[in-house]
Amino acid sequence: MADETANFPTVPAGAIAEPRAVRLLLIGIAVTFMALVLVLPLLLVFLEAFAKGSEAFLAALTDRYAQSAIRLTLLVAAIAVPCNLAFGLAASWAIAKFEFKGKALLTTLIDLPFSVSPVVSGMVYVLLFGAQGVFGAWLKAHDIEIIFAVPGIVLATIFVTFPFIARELIPLMQAQGTGDEEAALSLGASGFKTFWYVTLPNVKWGLLYGVLLCNARAMGEFGAVSVVSGHIRGKTNTMPLHIEILYNEYNIAAAFAVASLLALLALVTLVIKTLLELRFGDELAATRRH
Amino acid sequence: MDIRVENISKDFARHPALDGVSLDIASGELVALLGPSGSGKTTLLRLIAGLETPSDGRIFFGAEDASLKSVQERHVGFVFQAYALFRNMTVLDNIGFGLKVRPRASRPPRSEIRRLALELLDLVQLSGLEKRYPQQLSGGQRQRVALARALAIEPAVLLLDEPFGALDAQVRKGLRKWLREIHDRTGHTTIFVTHDQEEALELADRVVVMSQGKIEQVGTPDDVYDRPNSPFVFSFIGEASALPVAVENGELWVGGRAIGLPAAEARGGPAQLYFRPHDVELVEGDAALAGVVTASRRVGGTRRVELEIGGGQEPVEIDLPFDHPAGTRTRIAFRPKRWRLFPATT
Repeated sequence: MADETANFPTVPAGAIAEPRAVRLLLIGIAVTFMALVLVLPLLLVFLEAFAKGSEAFLAALTDRYAQSAIRLTLLVAAIAVPCNLAFGLAASWAIAKFEFKGKALLTTLIDLPFSVSPVVSGMVYVLLFGAQGVFGAWLKAHDIEIIFAVPGIVLATIFVTFPFIARELIPLMQAQGTGDEEAALSLGASGFKTFWYVTLPNVKWGLLYGVLLCNARAMGEFGAVSVVSGHIRGKTNTMPLHIEILYNEYNIAAAFAVASLLALLALVTLVIKTLLELRFGDELAATRRH
Repeated sequence: MDIRVENISKDFARHPALDGVSLDIASGELVALLGPSGSGKTTLLRLIAGLETPSDGRIFFGAEDASLKSVQERHVGFVFQAYALFRNMTVLDNIGFGLKVRPRASRPPRSEIRRLALELLDLVQLSGLEKRYPQQLSGGQRQRVALARALAIEPAVLLLDEPFGALDAQVRKGLRKWLREIHDRTGHTTIFVTHDQEEALELADRVVVMSQGKIEQVGTPDDVYDRPNSPFVFSFIGEASALPVAVENGELWVGGRAIGLPAAEARGGPAQLYFRPHDVELVEGDAALAGVVTASRRVGGTRRVELEIGGGQEPVEIDLPFDHPAGTRTRIAFRPKRWRLFPATT
């Protein structure tokens, strides 16, 4: 995922150079495909959002329910991302720097959220914490609401976005090895200081990239959240759920207005990432290199 | 500080890396752990540092049992093979790291750390490079920074893992001399690991020759070169030629002919004769090793000649000055000037 777009290796001309026509054809196919599948839909989102004018656009965004959906989405991301930051760091630290039994299993488990359909993840939480679920009776007795409430949405989001940071860090940490940590320890640094001064700075760009991706997904997650949220307007609707409701009510312009905001968040994430790579490209390459 | 390794063993998952190794190192000594890869030399160094835990045995720093101490508590200056410099820190921050991470009570003030780091930078002859990052340094410079960083914590012992392994031959020679100077100036007990016998012989006060998780021989460079105690040490340190011989009537025989080497003390029967290819004299007459030249090639200032002695044996090698007239002959007779006998291998 973390490809070195910043310092793409320049392909030497010569042995592997294709004839001009072939190159143009390949580039043409790629560009056309990108335009059809990525750019056009994105453009349409923004066009549709303003189809009924900017007043309708603003109205859709300032709507009470829309506001509450935006707030909830931001809240969920604000909880889920730091949690996964901590989990991801801990898991990749353990996997990359230590040998222990069950390491392969843990590595596979981290990928689980990628391979399981988000709807299934949502269902699992309902089965666990729902009224009829395993812990349902106990939770009800203690007056704790998880399903059809904010905690459920946060849990589902954490589950779905768990792999992003860990997947980003594991290969990076593995490539860097444990030499730097051993050096720090031999110089008398405590475990925490070694982590803080040596390990963390070595992976900071990979970490940041993982956080950005994790955040984008946390805000955009639909499937799992949809199952556990209960779609209570103004209470448990996140932005993606709000968009779906508006769309199902044939309120197309409003749906696209909120959708454009969500798309904008994704675009901002990408722009930040690109800016970081431009600004710190050299340092990024240096930390990747060993 | 003197160091005592007592009966240390280390088993890794599949194979034993060290098998009951004991070693005494005097304070201020410069000792080389020499051996081929897989001999356990790096494992021994890492055990002394506390980067590995022994399966058995103990390690003493002075009178204190260091086996129970963590790597942080042992105060060792470890120079890693790949240097392991912190890439996000400048040269100066790298050197000062060991002081910066001390607990508040024993941490020198920032200005003092800076002064010490600059002083060490001067010691390793890199003044002026304090603001560089490791990526901006050459291999030799990184090596020096790594050493300065290790020296900054006033280590009880300085441990170097293949300190010159990643450098080219020219830089390596310069750094070797320089490391010896640094050692003589600072007086730290120093142990370094190498697979390069020349490096060990030139640099060390004592050489520890290791093979397959065991110590083969400990001695001064002259000891291990002149009086190797096993065929392994003989052939690992310096060039060696070996030849099966027979001991009879206090003399050495090859193929039914006496070769003019007396061996009064040796037990009768088959044995292995070891000698250095350059340590031979050409002789005329019959009481010598005589062989047919099977190959001859010029190596710098010498000519290396392969001789077949008797029938069907491995050829032995001898060195001649490259312009020696014998170099053109097809048959050469010689006698080793210095040699050792080891029991015949079966």
